[in-house]
Amino acid sequence: MSARKTLLSWPVVRQLTGTDPLGRGAAAQSQKTRDWTARTETADRVVQSVCPYCAVGCGQRVYVKDEKVIQIEGDPDSPVSRGRLCPKGSASEQLVNAPGRQRYMLYRRPHGTDWERIDLETATDMVADRVVASRAAQWQDVDQEGHALRRTMGIAALGGATLDNEENYLIKKLFTAMGAIQIENQARI
Amino acid sequence: MAECHPVGFQWVMEAKARGARVIHVDPRFTRTSAMADQHVPLRAGSDIVFLGAIINYVLTNELYFHDYVLSYTNAATLVSEDFRDVDDLDGVFSGYDPQSGSYDPTSWAYEDVAEPAAAGTDRQAPAEHEESAGHATGSQGASEEGAAHVHRDETLQHPRCVLQILKRHYSRYTPEMVERMCGVSQEDFLAVCEAVTANSGRDRTTAFVYSVGWTQHTVGVQYIRGAAILQLLLGNMGRPGGGILALRGHASIQGSTDIPTLFDILPGYLPMPKAGNSDTLEDYLGRISTSSQKGFWSDARSYAVSLLKAWWGEKATADNDFCYDYLPALTGDHGTYQTVMDMIAEKVEGYFLLGQNPAVGSAHGRMQRLGMSHLKWLVVRDFNLIESATFWKEGPEIATGEMRTEDIGTEVFFFPAASHVEKDGTFTQTQRMLQWHHQAVEPPGDCRSELDFFYLLGQKVRERLADSTDERDRPLLDLTWDYDREDGRPGASADAVLREINGWELTGPDHNERGDMLSSFTQMKPDGTTAGGCWIYTGVYADGINHSASKKPGSEQSWVALEWGWSWPANRRILYNRASADPDGKPWSERKAYVWWDEEAGSWTGHDVPDFPKTKAPSFRPEPGTPGPAGLAGDDPFIMQADGKGWLYVPKGLLDGPLPAHYEPQESPVRNPFYSQQSNPTRQVFKRKDNLSNPSAGAPGSDVFPYVFTTYRLTEHHTAGGMSRWSGYLAELQPEFFCEVSPELARERGLDNGGWATIITARTAIEARVLVTDRITPLTVEGKRIHQIGLPYHWGVGGGGALVSGDSANDLLGVTLDPNVHIQESKASSCDIQPGRRPTGPALLRLVDTYRSRAGITVETSNTLRGEA
Repeated sequence: MSARKTLLSWPVVRQLTGTDPLGRGAAAQSQKTRDWTARTETADRVVQSVCPYCAVGCGQRVYVKDEKVIQIEGDPDSPVSRGRLCPKGSASEQLVNAPGRQRYMLYRRPHGTDWERIDLETATDMVADRVVASRAAQWQDVDQEGHALRRTMGIAALGGATLDNEENYLIKKLFTAMGAIQIENQARI
Repeated sequence: MAECHPVGFQWVMEAKARGARVIHVDPRFTRTSAMADQHVPLRAGSDIVFLGAIINYVLTNELYFHDYVLSYTNAATLVSEDFRDVDDLDGVFSGYDPQSGSYDPTSWAYEDVAEPAAAGTDRQAPAEHEESAGHATGSQGASEEGAAHVHRDETLQHPRCVLQILKRHYSRYTPEMVERMCGVSQEDFLAVCEAVTANSGRDRTTAFVYSVGWTQHTVGVQYIRGAAILQLLLGNMGRPGGGILALRGHASIQGSTDIPTLFDILPGYLPMPKAGNSDTLEDYLGRISTSSQKGFWSDARSYAVSLLKAWWGEKATADNDFCYDYLPALTGDHGTYQTVMDMIAEKVEGYFLLGQNPAVGSAHGRMQRLGMSHLKWLVVRDFNLIESATFWKEGPEIATGEMRTEDIGTEVFFFPAASHVEKDGTFTQTQRMLQWHHQAVEPPGDCRSELDFFYLLGQKVRERLADSTDERDRPLLDLTWDYDREDGRPGASADAVLREINGWELTGPDHNERGDMLSSFTQMKPDGTTAGGCWIYTGVYADGINHSASKKPGSEQSWVALEWGWSWPANRRILYNRASADPDGKPWSERKAYVWWDEEAGSWTGHDVPDFPKTKAPSFRPEPGTPGPAGLAGDDPFIMQADGKGWLYVPKGLLDGPLPAHYEPQESPVRNPFYSQQSNPTRQVFKRKDNLSNPSAGAPGSDVFPYVFTTYRLTEHHTAGGMSRWSGYLAELQPEFFCEVSPELARERGLDNGGWATIITARTAIEARVLVTDRITPLTVEGKRIHQIGLPYHWGVGGGGALVSGDSANDLLGVTLDPNVHIQESKASSCDIQPGRRPTGPALLRLVDTYRSRAGITVETSNTLRGEA
């Protein structure tokens, strides 16, 4: 670095000649700080998303590096949120990356005292078997007066308000075709 | 709003900066109150009195927006001479049957309107008190025979016109009554009245914003109705800066109602069939609309047939009523609380929990956990081991000895879920706007989206039944179920599902080939030549473009921002916006211009997409009695209503009355001064030993539970905590369950700030840290000091790996429901509070037993529908 450059980068000179006469910002910044870059700048890509908490629907920008989410920020383009996020939205990177997040299938057998690890495919097959059995066990063709019911009372569901429309659509469609009517979500609560 | 929807609150602050007056009505002082011009603390459960008195102020002082009210509401419509109001009948409307605790609404009808087609057959005596407006009539409001030609008195003077009925009904809702019942001074109340009325009219509009706590009362629907009446009278509906804005608490809770994971409706608010009155497609459609009413519900056949074509494809033909009989039928209330009681009765074998934690988030946590312990199998799909997944191991009932892990036979499957950044799809936010979120990364480990899980489950169930010849399996086997991803990876394509939701033309010789995407629900056909899964969402994929993914920066478009996301219906951002122009189609004022009639072009235009037939002139008048959309006059802005008008008075469609009348909560320390009828005479009560209620005022033992408690959320947590108590940042910001009490109550009960308190109801007792704060104002109601206790409900006990835990406020609640929508009363109940920690183990049960016997509680307590508590 030339002597002239060194002199000019002296904080006092910067404070007196620059845009920061009170020495609270640029004038007081060290080389080390100046060399830092936000991790968002080194992301491989930025994906537009929507905050998963309340129903305001704030825009999010998801920063991805090496196929991992490294940061989630507010999306300034959103006319709803103009780049802001609340404490929950700001913490949503932890929803994805929290060390305690459950990443594997768990199973508790009847009367069991603890969880067991189980293969995802096996578990899905077991649930499908139980759906078929419970659907049949509690099937109702008609009511007492002979009106068609065509339903099962053996299977119920709760949830949907945190899910996508497309997911709710498949759930409602499948349950209705199965005759399972007891399907509910937070909108009733 | 500043607490629970902070980023939305920035717009309130923007409005305030431009001169808007902000009034916050809430029992607690919150971050919203801190920013408001006026905070009005009131008694939880008294809102109908508060709203009713504003309505009375508007009517008495003739401050309603006359031209708007006359043209756009049913104020002038005459009502049957058989109608009797609550003041004539000591607290019930005409048509009440004390045996069933329900109404026959015939006498509420408009004058000379024939017996509503559906009313006679809708109601079956044994199930009457299990009716809900939803499964009785769908959510589309009510069909109304003859509503296309009602009798009106344009002078608004006829004693049986709606406006005069309103005047009589609300005459007892005075500022004195507000002071007596709400605990709000007349001065504070009148300041609200003056502000609201001064800010409404041609040049100005007032908005009402509520969070869904307003719905969590045994009169919840009537709370919203109260706001609707007021906003219609003031001309604040369908106009910019007006409306009643529901702030909903989940990312897609609006979407999960539009495309419902709810028992009583099908996509687009079509009702589920009901045994006995909708055995055929014709009967079913007759419940939705009649041939002599106006508006877009008259096209329900097009919406329903398009749905059936989307679901059963080529199997759905005109000859078989488009497989209408593949739909299962309801026989009453199959809501979440009824279902939990059916679990306890071992009628339900299997249960899916999808991002929901009822052990903490639903009312009466013990009943929830008890229900789950009776299941054969339980599927929990979530990010973490929430309390609903671990109740068999670490729930509160294990600690008290009521349940033993080894005795619980429930098989539990925990499936880890994919997060929002690990899948494509749309959320519908609180103002009906669909926003596409793009997948950023693949989900880790075994985590999967619900889309992939249910697509795969559907395939597996169909495989297992593939060879079945049983007629009951036809709906499953004939179902269209083909959403493979185009990139060949396993799982379903959200894009393909959204396309089906939007719908397409059906072409080819048998109309079974996919044609162009539909661009509007008005293109849907009743004859099976279109398919579409949710008619109100039709247009989201207009021209083959996913408009929910529109993301033109807000700074590059108009303030209405029509190119960010897509709002149903038809990308309209304000519903019923025809009302933003006067009857002649001109803006009510330059300042409030939004949508107007362009005479030269012969069409409606403006800042938003007009919510009205585009070329129907304001002066248009149909032949009297013309049904359907063609029957809408040029000044009928409420295009979904049977008469095209906003309903100040509801002639049909509600189960607890055509007008809001004040009733006390199920558990209240205050007597109802209006009549001897203490609480809603149609509320849904459950007389069960596991669902006891505290005595209400006037009944012996009510003094054992002298305080009111109300529950709420904190900024730093989300509902039952599944998405926040496992987050390090959020858990650290709000680590511990607490109760908010006033200094006066703290002195009365010896509670120390930072110490412990035990809160007791007939259900259980819980402990919380004490926060002594002026944020809770003691109120004087009927000359008596009323203390309220605030409880955030985010904590639970036993969640696997939760960073913070604590007792659950919702464990204190019983199950008593609004009759229309089966939502629980969870915002105004009674309790006692004592210093110190609660007992543990069986001693906890003994403490609650002591309270029950001191108060003389039985299954009958507070559960008499007619009369005093």
